[in-house]
Amino acid sequence: MENTFLGCGGGISGGISTVLREENNMAMSSEESSSYPDEAELELGLGLSLGGGGAKSKSKPPLPAVAAAGPWGQYARILTAKDFHSVVSTKESSSSSSSSSVTKTNNNPSCGVKRTAEPSSPPGRSGSSQVVGWPPIRTYRIQSLVNHAKSPMTEEITSALDKCKSNNTIVDKTNIGSNLNRNVAKEKGLLKKPSLFVKVNMDGIPIGRKVDLNAHRCYKTLSQTLDEMFKLSAAVGATRSNAEEQVVMTKPSRLMNVSSEFVLAYEDKEGDWMLVGDVPWEYVPSTSHYIFLTDSAPLWLVYVLAKSIKFIVFSSLF
Amino acid sequence: MVNYFPEEVLEHVFSFLTSHRDRNAVSLVCKSWYNVERFSRGKVFIGNCYAISPERLISRFPRVRSLTLKGKPHFADFNLVLHDWGGYVYPWIEAMAKGCTNLEELRLKRMLVSDASLELIAKSFPNFKSLVLVSCEGFTTDGLAAIASNCRFLRELDLQENEVEDPRGQWLSCFPDSCTSLASLNFACLKGEVNLAALERLVARCRNLKSLRLNHAVPPDVLQKILARAPQLVDLGAGSFVHDPESETYNKLKNVMQKCTSIRSLSGFLDVNARCLPAIYPICINLSSLNLSYAPGIYSKELVKLIRKCKKLQCLWILDTIGDKGLRVVASACKELQELRVFKSDPNDVGNAAVTEEGLVAISAGCPNLNSLLYFCRQMTNTALITVAKNCPNFIRFRLCTLDPITPDAVTMQPLDNGFGAIVQSCKGLKRLSVSGLLTDQVFLYIGMYAEQLEMLSIAFAGNSDKGMVYVLNGCKKLKKLEIRDSPFGNMALLADTGKYETMRSLWMSSCKVTFGACKSLAEKMPRLNVEIINEGDEMEGGSDDRQNVEKMYLYRTLVGPRKDAPDSVWTL
Repeated sequence: MENTFLGCGGGISGGISTVLREENNMAMSSEESSSYPDEAELELGLGLSLGGGGAKSKSKPPLPAVAAAGPWGQYARILTAKDFHSVVSTKESSSSSSSSSVTKTNNNPSCGVKRTAEPSSPPGRSGSSQVVGWPPIRTYRIQSLVNHAKSPMTEEITSALDKCKSNNTIVDKTNIGSNLNRNVAKEKGLLKKPSLFVKVNMDGIPIGRKVDLNAHRCYKTLSQTLDEMFKLSAAVGATRSNAEEQVVMTKPSRLMNVSSEFVLAYEDKEGDWMLVGDVPWEYVPSTSHYIFLTDSAPLWLVYVLAKSIKFIVFSSLF
Repeated sequence: MVNYFPEEVLEHVFSFLTSHRDRNAVSLVCKSWYNVERFSRGKVFIGNCYAISPERLISRFPRVRSLTLKGKPHFADFNLVLHDWGGYVYPWIEAMAKGCTNLEELRLKRMLVSDASLELIAKSFPNFKSLVLVSCEGFTTDGLAAIASNCRFLRELDLQENEVEDPRGQWLSCFPDSCTSLASLNFACLKGEVNLAALERLVARCRNLKSLRLNHAVPPDVLQKILARAPQLVDLGAGSFVHDPESETYNKLKNVMQKCTSIRSLSGFLDVNARCLPAIYPICINLSSLNLSYAPGIYSKELVKLIRKCKKLQCLWILDTIGDKGLRVVASACKELQELRVFKSDPNDVGNAAVTEEGLVAISAGCPNLNSLLYFCRQMTNTALITVAKNCPNFIRFRLCTLDPITPDAVTMQPLDNGFGAIVQSCKGLKRLSVSGLLTDQVFLYIGMYAEQLEMLSIAFAGNSDKGMVYVLNGCKKLKKLEIRDSPFGNMALLADTGKYETMRSLWMSSCKVTFGACKSLAEKMPRLNVEIINEGDEMEGGSDDRQNVEKMYLYRTLVGPRKDAPDSVWTL
C-alpha cells in the first residue's frame, strides 16, 4: 500500500467540523457512484464533529454527537481511493497551514490536504505555527517524530494480526460503565489483561456505551460488538435502550467488510494524513480512547495514532 | 625562574592540561611556552571553521591528533540558513592529508561532509580511530563503507542526527573480519536497512564494544541476540522495540536484559510498543542517562512508570507527552537529576501534549542539582521562573522556549523580564541562555548586569529598541556567541561597540532592523571580521540600497579574510 502524504497543519476544533462536513459531502457524492445501492436505508446523521481541541478551546459550544466533553483533537479516517482524490481536490490550504507545512515538512511531498486553521484559537497559538523556524526544533528531530509515528509494523505484529483473523474471538460483554475514564484498575485481577474500556458514541444518539478493547483481538469482533450494541443491522434510527443483553447476530456485521478494499488513513504527529494497509490491531487498544460511529459511505475506519486523543470511527460501507 | 625549566619538563606539565582554554592561556605567557605548548598540543578545537585556515592550523600545531570543527551557525538547525551556505570539511582533510597524517580523531558539527571527504580520511590517516559527525550532511553510506573498510584501528564511529542518504545499505558488512577494535558505534540516524548478520558478527568480535546505538531497522530478535553477545555494553540505543509481549523473542529479551548490568545510558526506542517496556525495568536502577525524546510511542503513563524506577538518573531527555504530572513524578524520583530536556512532541501543537510552568517548578523543587535545562512549554510565569531561580542556583545552561514566541506571563499578562532577570541574578555560573516569551529591553538590562559568565545568548522576538542589544554587548564580558532573530535592534546597536565582535566568535542577526549600509560600514571598519549577508531573494542586485534592511547577517572574527567558497547568495562585505 503506498503511503501518500497529505499535509495538514494548523489548528483544529471548529475548523475540523467544517472541514469534515465538506469531506462527508464529497463522500456522499461519491457514494452515488458506488455499486451498493442498499446503503440508502441507513440514514444516520452526518457530522463527525469533535469537541474542543484543547484546553483553550473548551469554551466552545459542544458540538453535537459528542456525548462527553473532552479535549478531542485529532482523528483519522479510512478513505477509499475515490475519497482520497475528492478530498484532495476540495481541501484548500489555508495560508497559515501551508506555510507551517512547507517550512516544517520540507521533505514530505504534500498533497495539499490541510485543515483550516482554528478560527477562534488564541492568536498567539495559530501565529506560532506560521513562523519559520519556530519553535526551534531541529529539522532532523521533526522528521524523525513524523517518520516514526507512521512507521511500518514489524513481522510480529502482522503475524499477531494473522493469528487473530483465523480465530473466532468471543464477543465481549459490554457494560455501561459508571466512570467515564479509561479503566485499567483490573490489572492485578482475574483478567489476564486489564480491561480497556473506551467510550462509544454514535452520531445522533445521546447515550453512549462502553466497550472493552482488550477483550478483542481484531477489528472484526469489535465491529460485531458495536454492531450489536447499536443495532446497526436493524432498522434505522432506533432510539437506544440500554440494552445489556446480546443480540444474536443474524446478519453479518455491517460495520466492516472484513478485508475489503478500503484504505486506512490516519493522521500522524505532523498533521499529515498517512495511508497504510491494515493497521494491526495490536496498536489499537493501546492507543484508543474513544470510538465514534457515524454513517457515511464509504466505510471509514478512523484511527488516530499521533496525539493523546485517539479514537476509531466506524461507518457503514457498501 | 620559569625559563630555567627544560622544555621536556614544561611539556610534561602541559600534558596535564586537557582543556583547550587552559592551553590557549598557557601559550600566551611567553614565546618559549608558546612553542612548547604548540608542539605538544594534540587536541585542537575550532569553533568556526572559517576563523582560521587548515594550513595555519597545521603550521602552528604540527602534531595535532584530534580536530574538532564546527561549520554552520546554530540557527541553521531551524532552517534559517541556506543549505549550501558553507562549512565544507574537504579542504581541511586535504590539508591534513598532506601535512599531518597522524590524525586520529575528527569531530564535526554542522558541516558539509562529502563521500569524497570520507574516502580521503579512510585513505590518508593510518592511525585514524574516531569519527564523530553531528548534524552534518552531504554524505552517503558509501562514504561510511570507505571508513569501515580502511580504518584498521577504528574505535569510534558516532553519527548523531545526520542527514544520510543510503543508496546501497551494505556499509556495515565492510568492516573486515580483522576489525575488533570498535568501542563505540552509533548509526541510529541512518534510515536504511543494515546487514543484520554482519552486525551480529561485528558485535561478537568487538569485545571492547561499550556503546552501541542501533537504527530502526534492527528488529527485536536481533537486538536480543546482540545483547546476549555484548552484556558489557554501557550505552545502548534500541532502534526498534516493537515486540509482541507474548512472544518467545520478548521473553528471551527480558532474560538477556537482566544480565546487562553495565548499561548506564539508554536511548532510541524509535518504534516502540509501550507494553514491552517492562523488559527494561531491571536496568533502570543503574541508569544515569535516559533519552526517550525520539520515542513518541510511549505515553505518559508508561513513561512515568519507567522513569520512576530510575533513581540515579542524571540526564533525562523526554517529550512533553510526559506532562506536568509526569514531571512531578520525575521530581520525586530522580533526585540526582542534573540535565533535563523536554522537547515538543508535536511541532505543530495540534494536540494537547504540553508542559507548563508547573512542571518546571516541580522539577526545580525536587532536583536541586539541576544545571542544564531545555524546556519547550506552552506557557510560563514570572513567579515560576523566580521560584526556579531560587531552587536551582546552579544553572549553567538555561534554555526556555514557549510555543508562542511572544507569550506573556500566563497569569499576570506581563512581560517575562523579571522571571529571566531572577535566573541570571541567581545563577552566577550561567553560560548559555535562551529567552522566549514577551520580553522588553528590561530583560536585557538584567542580563547585561548579572550574566557575567554568559557565553552564548539566543534571542527571538524580544526587546523594544537598540538599547536592549547594547545592554548585552556592554555587560556580558564573556559573550562568545550572540544570535538574534526577529527583534527590533538596528544600526545603532550594531555599531555601538564594534571592537566587541573581535572578542566574540560570531553574531547572527536576522529579521532585525539592521541596514545594508550599516553592515558595509562595519565591514570596512573591522577588517578582521567577515560580515556576511545572506540573500534568499534577489533583493540585492549590484547598487543595492544602503537604507534597506538586511534579512540575514552573520558576522564572525577571522584571521584569514573572506572565504572563497560562499555561494552566490551569500555576500561578504
